[in-house]
Amino acid sequence: MKEQLEKLAGTSLEEVSSACDIAALDALRVKYLGKKGELTAILKQMGRLSAEERPAMGQLANSVRASLEAAIEERRTQLEEAELEKRLEAEALDVTLPGSRVRGGHKHPMDVVIDELKEIFIGMGFEVDDGPEVELSTYNFDRLNTDEGHPAREWTDSFYLDEQSRTMLRTHTSPMEPRIMETRSLPIRAAVFGRCYRKDEVDATHSPMFHQMEGLVVDEHITFADLKGMLNNMAVQLYGPGTVTRFRPHHFPFTEPSCEMDVQCHKCGGKGCPTCKGEGWIELLGAGVCNPHVLEMSGIDPQTHSGWAFGMGLERAAMRQFKIADLRLMFENDVRFLEQF
Amino acid sequence: MNLSRKWLTEFVDVGLDEINDHDFAEAMTMTGSKVEGTRYMGEGISRVVVGRIVEMVRHHDSDHMWTCQVDVGGERNIQIVTGAQNQKVGDMVPVALDGSRLPGGAEIHTTVFRGELSEGMMCSLKELGLTQHDFPYAIEDGLFVLQEDCRPGDDIVPVIGRDDHVVEFEITPNRPDCLSVIGLAREASVTFKKPLRLHTPVVKGSGGDINDYVRVDVEDPRLCPRYTARMVRNIKIEPSPKWMRERIAAMGMRPINNIVDITNYVMMEYGQPMHAFDFACVDGGHIVVRTAREGEVCRTLDGNERRVTPSMLCICDEHKPVGLAGVMGGENSEITESTKMVLFESANFNGTSIRRTAAALNMRTDASAHYEKGLDPYLTKAAVDRACELVELLGAGEVVDGFIDVFPAPPEPLVRELDVDRVNWILGTDIDGETMRDILRRLDFGVEGNTITVPSWRLDIDAKYTQNDFAEEVARIYGFNNIPSTMMADSGTKSGGFTKEQSAERRLGEVCRAGGYDGIITYSFYSPAGWDLIRLPADDPRRDAIRILNPLGEDTSCMRTTTLPSVLEVLARNWNYRNKAVKVYEFARVYKKRADGLADEPKVLTLGAYGGDMDFYALKGTVEELCDALRIEGVEYRPVRDNPSYHPGRCAAVYAGERYLGVFGQVHPLVAKNYGVGEAMYAAELDFPAMFELRGREVYYRPLPRFPAVMRDISVVCDESLTAGELEKCIRRAGGEYLDSVEVFDVYKGPNIPQGKKSVSFSLALRAEDQTLTDDHAEEAVSAVLDALQREYGAVIR
Repeated sequence: MKEQLEKLAGTSLEEVSSACDIAALDALRVKYLGKKGELTAILKQMGRLSAEERPAMGQLANSVRASLEAAIEERRTQLEEAELEKRLEAEALDVTLPGSRVRGGHKHPMDVVIDELKEIFIGMGFEVDDGPEVELSTYNFDRLNTDEGHPAREWTDSFYLDEQSRTMLRTHTSPMEPRIMETRSLPIRAAVFGRCYRKDEVDATHSPMFHQMEGLVVDEHITFADLKGMLNNMAVQLYGPGTVTRFRPHHFPFTEPSCEMDVQCHKCGGKGCPTCKGEGWIELLGAGVCNPHVLEMSGIDPQTHSGWAFGMGLERAAMRQFKIADLRLMFENDVRFLEQF
Repeated sequence: MNLSRKWLTEFVDVGLDEINDHDFAEAMTMTGSKVEGTRYMGEGISRVVVGRIVEMVRHHDSDHMWTCQVDVGGERNIQIVTGAQNQKVGDMVPVALDGSRLPGGAEIHTTVFRGELSEGMMCSLKELGLTQHDFPYAIEDGLFVLQEDCRPGDDIVPVIGRDDHVVEFEITPNRPDCLSVIGLAREASVTFKKPLRLHTPVVKGSGGDINDYVRVDVEDPRLCPRYTARMVRNIKIEPSPKWMRERIAAMGMRPINNIVDITNYVMMEYGQPMHAFDFACVDGGHIVVRTAREGEVCRTLDGNERRVTPSMLCICDEHKPVGLAGVMGGENSEITESTKMVLFESANFNGTSIRRTAAALNMRTDASAHYEKGLDPYLTKAAVDRACELVELLGAGEVVDGFIDVFPAPPEPLVRELDVDRVNWILGTDIDGETMRDILRRLDFGVEGNTITVPSWRLDIDAKYTQNDFAEEVARIYGFNNIPSTMMADSGTKSGGFTKEQSAERRLGEVCRAGGYDGIITYSFYSPAGWDLIRLPADDPRRDAIRILNPLGEDTSCMRTTTLPSVLEVLARNWNYRNKAVKVYEFARVYKKRADGLADEPKVLTLGAYGGDMDFYALKGTVEELCDALRIEGVEYRPVRDNPSYHPGRCAAVYAGERYLGVFGQVHPLVAKNYGVGEAMYAAELDFPAMFELRGREVYYRPLPRFPAVMRDISVVCDESLTAGELEKCIRRAGGEYLDSVEVFDVYKGPNIPQGKKSVSFSLALRAEDQTLTDDHAEEAVSAVLDALQREYGAVIR
């Protein structure tokens, strides 16, 4: 019997280790360990053994069973792993095929620029604002110290809505300066964004409708140096640390002194290249210390209070940022254009 | 404004050898005279020299060409073949040597003409980029035979006066005084700290008295504050000298003849426009400065007949206009070869009046451009004297003694105290008083202590808030970039940010984009034809729009009252571009007339889409998302059958309670046809102010359910015309306290359902907060619901 068990152990373990799939393994389990299996058949002969032999034989039989069971489990694990490996291989995907996605919409490039500026100015304590586009010429011109004979007032330059030139489409966001000064309590830090209108025929660089940003600060003692500080800060946030700016004298009726701010061309570092049209500098905005007449007309005492303001054309900023060559693309709204931003 | 750098050096030592164009431009820009660009007049000309023809023989193989030996200052003469006929031995001509370049890019090389070597080219005027205006003695059609003081081998550029550099300035409208060589010389002298050399014109005169010849009357001194004139007799019209022609050409004008050139020269030098009348054509020796009479015409120097109106100022004789004041002279008094007596006018006109006249007649001239910004009335006398001085210098005529000067109200100079502290207060600087006074002194302000006299040409200096102007003058010369950069230490802290409304707008924009809609920006104005395209009835209030009285064209003439045409136009354009699936949104205003002439400008959120998997419910899903984003409660969708722009069976109005929030649906096929789009288009027009007003303001947490829900599905058969919304409301009314949610999950028409009926299936969830519901609870609720559906709508269980 001992020989029988040892022989069975030998052959069965060998067969188990060479079983090639789970089904074959299951068949071996039945063949050796099943109710009618070979080990069971051997164990049935236990009754014929003497009482002395029985425990030793029982032990041997159990250990054969245990090792066989362990071998079957081990083999099963091996086979399962192999099978999984095979399946996973079969499931392999071409990862270079495009993903399926929920296609989101895109911000208009103008709004990309506007939102960036809004964040910068909110960070500097500004309130965001806008006002009427259908505006009184009083706010658009008179209250901004723009005299009666100023060329911008001509019907060839601005859109008018009544024969007396009383109402018009605002030509800049600046009429919000007096409107804000009239209604807000001091100190004022306002950033205005909105549509403006001028009588320009549509071409690659002109549009009868365009967007502007206006910044206005009024308080007890605001200086030209403060104007420089805040606009320099804006430039750094827009174009990164190390951005170089310069302030050039200019003229606006509603600021005195007035200036324009340039940033050094980021492309060539000021040497001159196609981006800056060889000038080394890119004109960014017009600004200045609030003209005392403007403050006075809005009920603010220019002896005790002062301020600064600036205005910036946003189409140009967007076109520069995204290298858009033709302004018309901004208003054509071709989705092949819009989806690039 | 163009400036000749050679001419500039007459007044201030800023020669090219000291300061190159780049540095000059940079420095002038930084003190306020912005330079747009600089240009070398000799650009494009290289290796062109003076040559003397030493021998000239017929070409051996041509009956019209000449083979010339030319001395070009080298060790040997060179041979050049030419077809020109106007030259002779001994003539000096421009010679383009082998490898030379001419304006326009032509390159000249040694070549062989019918067997004869030709080592260059002798040039005509045109080949050097010149005309007879530049060199009146030369001919257009032949070689340019030089009559200049030059020697063989000399570089041609200085010989033809092209060794100059021109600087183009963009002068701001407040500084018309800088539209002159002297004005810019003053700025340059301050910028480069070099003395300004001004010259006082001296007129010798030739006896006589101008008052014996001419009388001047100014009818309205507001339009003509000053009229100064001088008289020249025995005029000899001829070309002006080379130095004058060169300067005029460098400044961008065309030399004509000595008298006309003198007027232009003085205008450039002083910034004071001048006019020269042929005095023989001034009837009655009487100049009247008056506005035009109704029906008058004036033929101007350019040969055009101008219909002048009573708002236009004219220079007239006793009978007729002889010139348009400040714009252009009349052809009837033009200087010609036979002119014998000339009246030089140097007048000061009202800038706005001149600008309007020039604009109305569409003839903006150099003179009108100078006048329109306002000129110094004290300039006229010096300018007319300068013109007469030049007449004497050029030998162009004899100046009659005396002058006419109608100047009824000479303005007083502006005198103000410089407040050093205030200037520093404005600038945020600590500049000392002496520095400020020095800057003002250099700018030709009168400075005595802190008492400042503003020069008469500085009409931009404000009489009331003069310290701001002083601050600007000081700052621009001190250097804007030398002023510190500070962060408003004195300003109270303020927290910026978006208003609730702005935040809501941004939130809705995010939802649109999350739904796949791209942001668009369309014009606020459009053509009234758009209302027809969207089929608005003739009496629709949206046709009552604010109109632009001077639009660019009909298609941008109306402020929009509805955004639908704008978005449909965008969809149509994309459709024409063959873009397959398009979804767009715009947050923009409409403009509604108001009694005070201004407008209510509420914002509308407009969506538009076609293609892809777009359908009514896809659009509705986005509308629902938008309402949810603002937590608007009680939103209802009511069918709209009578909106002419939308499909009558696929259009809904959005309400929150009784408040209208907008409309959306499939665009009416006839409207789509009007826009030429052969595909179903969808649009939504949402009233943002209403949505914002009805937004949910507070968000409170609702406990998660502790007991499971019991689900029951029911299907009922009802009339086809009933809406799911009506049935759902009925279910909610009848469902009892445990009814938690109702959802439609199927609508079916077809076999097994009678004609005119449909089957609608709902999924009901029943839930209690304090117990697990039993089947009995559920049955009770379901039977109540089914009863109500049958009772109220005749809907029966399927």
